[in-house]
Amino acid sequence: MTTAGSPAVATNVGRPLLGGRRFSLDWVGTLPFFVYVLLFLLLPTAIVAFGAFFDATNGFTLDNFAHLSRSYVIKATIDTVGISAVTAIFGATLGALLAYAIVTGRPNGLLRRLVVSASGVLAQFGGVTLAFAFIASIGPAGFVYLFFQSHGFNYYANSVWLFQIPGLVLVYLYFQIPLMVLVFLPALDGIKPQWREATESLGGGTWHYWRYVAGPILFPAFLGATLLLFANAFSAYATANALINQGGPVLAQQISGALSSEVGAVEPGFAKAIAVEMIVIVTLVTVGYSLLQRRTAKWL
Amino acid sequence: MKLGNLWRHVALAVMAVFVVAACGSSNSSGSASCSESSAKTATSASACGGMDALIAAAKSEGRLNVIALPRDWANYGAILDKFTATYGIPITSDNPDGSSQDEVNAVQQLGTTSRAPDVLDIGLAVALANTNLFAPYKVSTWGDILDSQKEPSGLWFEDYGGFMSVGYDSSKVPAITKFDDLLGSGFKGKVALNGNPKQANAALNGVMMANLAEGGTLDDISKGVDFFHRLKQAGNFVPVQATTATVKNGTTPVVFDWDYLSAAHGTDVPTWKVFVPGNAILGGYYAQSINKSAPHPAAARLWEEFLYSDVGQNLWLTGLARPVRQAAMQKSGTLDAAAAAKLPPVNGTPQFLSDAQSTSAKNYVVAHWDAAIS
Repeated sequence: MTTAGSPAVATNVGRPLLGGRRFSLDWVGTLPFFVYVLLFLLLPTAIVAFGAFFDATNGFTLDNFAHLSRSYVIKATIDTVGISAVTAIFGATLGALLAYAIVTGRPNGLLRRLVVSASGVLAQFGGVTLAFAFIASIGPAGFVYLFFQSHGFNYYANSVWLFQIPGLVLVYLYFQIPLMVLVFLPALDGIKPQWREATESLGGGTWHYWRYVAGPILFPAFLGATLLLFANAFSAYATANALINQGGPVLAQQISGALSSEVGAVEPGFAKAIAVEMIVIVTLVTVGYSLLQRRTAKWL
Repeated sequence: MKLGNLWRHVALAVMAVFVVAACGSSNSSGSASCSESSAKTATSASACGGMDALIAAAKSEGRLNVIALPRDWANYGAILDKFTATYGIPITSDNPDGSSQDEVNAVQQLGTTSRAPDVLDIGLAVALANTNLFAPYKVSTWGDILDSQKEPSGLWFEDYGGFMSVGYDSSKVPAITKFDDLLGSGFKGKVALNGNPKQANAALNGVMMANLAEGGTLDDISKGVDFFHRLKQAGNFVPVQATTATVKNGTTPVVFDWDYLSAAHGTDVPTWKVFVPGNAILGGYYAQSINKSAPHPAAARLWEEFLYSDVGQNLWLTGLARPVRQAAMQKSGTLDAAAAAKLPPVNGTPQFLSDAQSTSAKNYVVAHWDAAIS
């Protein structure tokens, strides 16, 4: 639809109107984009941020933000940031290594096509299905666990860690690594073999190549992908909820808890305040990322 | 794609939407003496021209919207099928795993649209908090429902319930004879709740049952929260929400749940047993309400008549839920005795939470639960 409209717009470009003042309609082409951003990004954010200042009777209040200091919200904040950071860093590192392994193979080889399409599927394979797949395989009643147990290896001897934070990290990695492969592959494809040859002809070794050539070029892309992985884990809900239904270790679960309760513990304003907290955290991480990005870009 | 072609597609799609919308609303003008406007405000079947007129009006509405009724919950699968088979009215069953609050949210968000739920099956706390959304209605068997189990004008009336219990797979854990057995080493990583007590009514009652079993009172749930804290420290608590799937595959071999829901696991797990501690018999009933802006007002009322008929009540009983007319039907001999005999045995005096007690329990749990079990 947007492309259909643009030829008509193009005929107006640069046509002088009103005594030489140029009146450009170029911006019309960007309208759909801004309408989209407004409707799907800014408006919901504004509604949530605005709603966080009201109580159940629609009176103005700051209590919702004061409630963020409740011990379980603080704990959920720390846990969520921790899980997201750990799975982003591990996911990015392992995913980048896997992507590099693929790139070194044949560009149109079977392995590459197989891994890329598998990653495309697995990166979206989150939620209850994924959680239950883990419960049914390595869970305390899963066939893998029962097999190991019957052979004298009880990996839940101390605690059932699958239903604790380490379990979440493991399950999250299952969709984080494929996502990293997908987003990092194009960056790796941009690396030209000639650069390696140039390094070697100038007397550099593998270390020099990675430290002074490939590393600096890939690092911004790596950081950006890590940030994407962080946000991906930070907003995950269904997977966490299926594994750890109690205690709400993830902020999204705390929002759900404050929004939907049949025992009458509904606090919509508080839920919105938690959402604002999540937006602030992601904004901080993004700002930190762009500062780092600027430094690394300068370094190039 | 050519532009002309595209617009033709858009126009077709728009037309299709209108046609579908028109179909949805055109057949709701009842020809019987129970018209759409009178069905909306009818407070009993006789106020709408009697049962036959109500049935005719419901049939011409041609649909019933229900919400949050899992097919494996209290035999609802059979109940939904039986209603459609009896009256030929198809049922749209939305969000079967939703909570009571989700039901009320749907009523508020869908307003007067044709997708709004007609009838609700909700926890008492939610019913009491939202009476402004309901239409008063008294089923023909209204007199059989105890006064303490209904709102006098019929804004809500209790439907079925049971007692909080501990269900367990006797092939995976030792037999439970007293409540503190659960803290033993045989239950490591095996004990679960049906939901999060901050959100789910069944789970909050599970904590309250533990509270009563540990010597607490209905007014103070702290001993229940403390019990789960000890259960967590012993490594016995599983933070997974117990569902039919987790029970079936053995991830949650011990579950706190209503006895009627728990006993139903026996079909998947033949070694499933239900234990109700004698000193902690905690009863709980759900309630029915009709959405006051129900898109199918006559079908909504017919559904209630069906649920509170002997057939409907016995269907709940077959699902091991204790129907609200159970005592009256036992007296009149219409109760399905074979189904009643399958209910888990209960020896002791049942206790029921008052509204104030459940509010104070909820407040305590919201403030202390997450810290106690993490």
